[in-house]
Amino acid sequence: MEDIDRVEVCALSDDAVIIELGTVINLENHRKVKALTSYLEKHPFQGMREIIPAFTTVTVFYDPLQVSYAAVKSIIKKMVCCIEINSQDQSRRIEISVCYGGELGPDLEYVAKHNGLTVEEVIHIHSSGEYLVYMIGFAPGFPYLGGMSKRIAAPRRSSPRLVIPTGSVGIAGNQTGVYPIETPGGWQLIGRTPLRLFRPEEKNPSLLQSGDVIKFKPISKEEYDSWKEENV
Amino acid sequence: MSLKVLHPGLLTTLQDLGRYGFQKQGVIVSGAMDPFSLRIANLLVGNKEEEAGLEITMRGPTLLIQKNMLISICGGNLSPKIDGRSIEQWRPIDVKAGSMLEFGRCISGCRTYLAAAGGLDVTEVMGSKSTYLRAGIGGFQGRALKENDVVKINQPDSEVMNHAAKWFVSTTIIPRYDSNPIIRVIRGREMKRFSDESIKTFFSSEFQVTPQSDRMGYRLIGKNLKLSQPFEMISEAVSFGTIQVPPDGNPIILLADRQTTGGYPKIAQIISVDLPIIGQMQPAEKMRFKEVTIEEAQRLYIQREQAIQQLKQGISLKNL
Repeated sequence: MEDIDRVEVCALSDDAVIIELGTVINLENHRKVKALTSYLEKHPFQGMREIIPAFTTVTVFYDPLQVSYAAVKSIIKKMVCCIEINSQDQSRRIEISVCYGGELGPDLEYVAKHNGLTVEEVIHIHSSGEYLVYMIGFAPGFPYLGGMSKRIAAPRRSSPRLVIPTGSVGIAGNQTGVYPIETPGGWQLIGRTPLRLFRPEEKNPSLLQSGDVIKFKPISKEEYDSWKEENV
Repeated sequence: MSLKVLHPGLLTTLQDLGRYGFQKQGVIVSGAMDPFSLRIANLLVGNKEEEAGLEITMRGPTLLIQKNMLISICGGNLSPKIDGRSIEQWRPIDVKAGSMLEFGRCISGCRTYLAAAGGLDVTEVMGSKSTYLRAGIGGFQGRALKENDVVKINQPDSEVMNHAAKWFVSTTIIPRYDSNPIIRVIRGREMKRFSDESIKTFFSSEFQVTPQSDRMGYRLIGKNLKLSQPFEMISEAVSFGTIQVPPDGNPIILLADRQTTGGYPKIAQIISVDLPIIGQMQPAEKMRFKEVTIEEAQRLYIQREQAIQQLKQGISLKNL
């Protein structure tokens, strides 16, 4: 059974700590993050408020009136030796249709050029992969996906766009993701999905959850348009 | 039937202290940009601190008061008037049905909070009455107030209504809204990734609020901040007051409507007690940053909470 052998705790703010469990995005660190998050949820410490798990970190918000930074650090460090990591794969598999390029993917050509590839090659590489939903963050229902091929990596835009349309599929560094609502952002946009990832009317507003495995399926502009019309 | 919007003003939204518990699903916190002022306004009218109020931005609304109510306005001074007569902020005020509340010139700060005894009668979304503008949920139909909207106020405890006393908050607790404030910060997790020169620059120069600033974040401009070498960060959680720096070198202060996680390096974090200052700054105003330790930041936090607790006790004693 794996355990959490390395933990670094530092202050995000005067009421939150970031607990770093690793330095690269991989399945092992994902499992550590899930295990620590689950443990904290089951055994909250006095003054704990909310938890935000990410790729390699777990951020814990707390009430400084009830517990100091020094005390939180100490509690976390003691806690990690009691945590067991679950190695079983219980993922849901989900297909996300994407219309790549054109006006729906204005940065597709940049991503291709940056990597010395054709646009078709980028689409093929992006849609051949299987992606693990490492976490939901940045916006409601926004999945941070792992497993993207480095061959199509591209840096974030140096100045973020003020508006990114709902359903946009993007790349930033080695990560890919989908925008569930309109929001500013610095990702390179390569396509768009007609699927609704954020459903505020539901009890669990995020369609995707940490641990899901997804595949992107290329669709034509006509299919995209008819899908959108159906869902209005 | 309670408050009818005759004119909405620049941006008037319903906000409480934020939507907590769903950040793991990417649902942002929202809530008041100046939570201190909202809390005081609520306490002054006998509400729970976390009750929703109207967040009023720069050019205030014109509201028709449709029933007798006890209100309080706290925050920046946006020249509030009832039926043309100036009214004081930072105290409870009895207003009669048929009165008109309006605002005038923005004298200090830029946001102010209207709390009404009984609180706002609006459905909670995920446990909060705060408005999440970009997602169109929460608050008043998920949007800013418009002409002809009617905001309903709950019937308050009858005891509260009898005590619109002639008292107000001690001046020591009322913040000063300097137009060129010094903001206290703790070091950001990625501060060590910035060049020595940039770190020095961050703590010694002025940064100006640009017009591309809103509830999500304030984009600043000043001397450019550079990393000592390029690195692509792995996304992780951010907080209210996190100062991140995209590659263009211009810092962004993340505020109430910030995303839950971010991937730009975090150079610093504004301490909790100084967060309300940012929400009271307008474009073109400038700020400087000063470093404090986390121990000092937490000490100031505790001090502030004790002051609010004392005020709360003082108010309830006066109501006996």
